[in-house]
Amino acid sequence: MAVARIQLPPQAKRGEVIEVRIIVKHPMETGFRYDAYGRLTPRNVIRSLVCRYNGTVVFEGLLSSGIAANPYLRFFTRAVESGELEFSWIDDDKVTGKLSAPITVID
Amino acid sequence: MQKSFPRGERRGALLRFGAALIALAARPRLSLAQPVLNPEVGTDARMINTPEGAIRSIVKGAPMRRGRVKLELPKLAENGHSVALTVSVESPMTEQDHVRRIDLVSEKNPVPHMATFLLGARAGRAEIGTRVRLNGTQRMTAIAELSDGSFWFDTFDVTVTEAACLDGG
Repeated sequence: MAVARIQLPPQAKRGEVIEVRIIVKHPMETGFRYDAYGRLTPRNVIRSLVCRYNGTVVFEGLLSSGIAANPYLRFFTRAVESGELEFSWIDDDKVTGKLSAPITVID
Repeated sequence: MQKSFPRGERRGALLRFGAALIALAARPRLSLAQPVLNPEVGTDARMINTPEGAIRSIVKGAPMRRGRVKLELPKLAENGHSVALTVSVESPMTEQDHVRRIDLVSEKNPVPHMATFLLGARAGRAEIGTRVRLNGTQRMTAIAELSDGSFWFDTFDVTVTEAACLDGG
C-alpha cells in the first residue's frame, strides 16, 4: 500500500454531497506497549489530519491512540467546483504526509 | 476499658475527621484530571485522564442533551484493535445550523478522549466514520457541538471479547 489511499467519486454534480474516505498507513503506536526488552515504545500517533478542498479546510480530525492502526476516516463534503482534495497529516514524530485526489464537478 | 463510652465517641470523631481528610484529599485529585487528547510523549495518560474529565473538557460546563446524535458500532466486537464506528447527527448542515464538531469518548480506554472531528456547513451531511481501539467492553459516547453552541450526545454499549491493550497489540 502506498502511504495512503483516498476514495471519492471522480465526478459529481455541482452541489452534490459526496462521501470521502481515506486510509493512511501508520502504526498509530499507542505508547502503552513494551518491546521485547521491556522498554516502553514511545507513542507515535497521527495527531491531526486535515482535508482541504481547493485550499479551503473542509474537514479536520484530531486523533489519538484510541484510533486503530492505519487510521481510516470517512466523511462528507459538498462538491462545489472542480479541483482537488488535499489531505495532509502530522504525527508525534513531526513526520508529515500529504496526498491529494482530483474531483471533477459537472453541471 | 472502664471509660469505653467516651473512647468510642472519640473514635467516632476520629473516624469523622479521617473521612473529612479523605474527602479533602479526593477533591484536588478530581481537579487534577486534566483531559488531553494527546498528552506529552512519556506521560502516563492513565494518571491524568478520566472519561468524566474528557467530557467536561469538551462541553466546558454547558448542558448536554441526548438526541440528534446517533452512534453506531457493532454490538459485539471480536477484538478491540479495530472497531468500525459511525456517528451521524440530524442537522440541515446550513450556514445557520450545522455541526461544528464531533468528539468520541471512551469509558475504559487509557486515553478516554479518542478523537475530535471538525466539520462545517460545507460538509453537507453530518456523518463521520472511523475505526477505533477499544480496551474492553464499555459504553462509548459521541458528543456533537452544533453551531448554536448546544451539545448533543449518544451512547452505545459495545461488548469487546478481546481488549486492544492486553496482548500489547
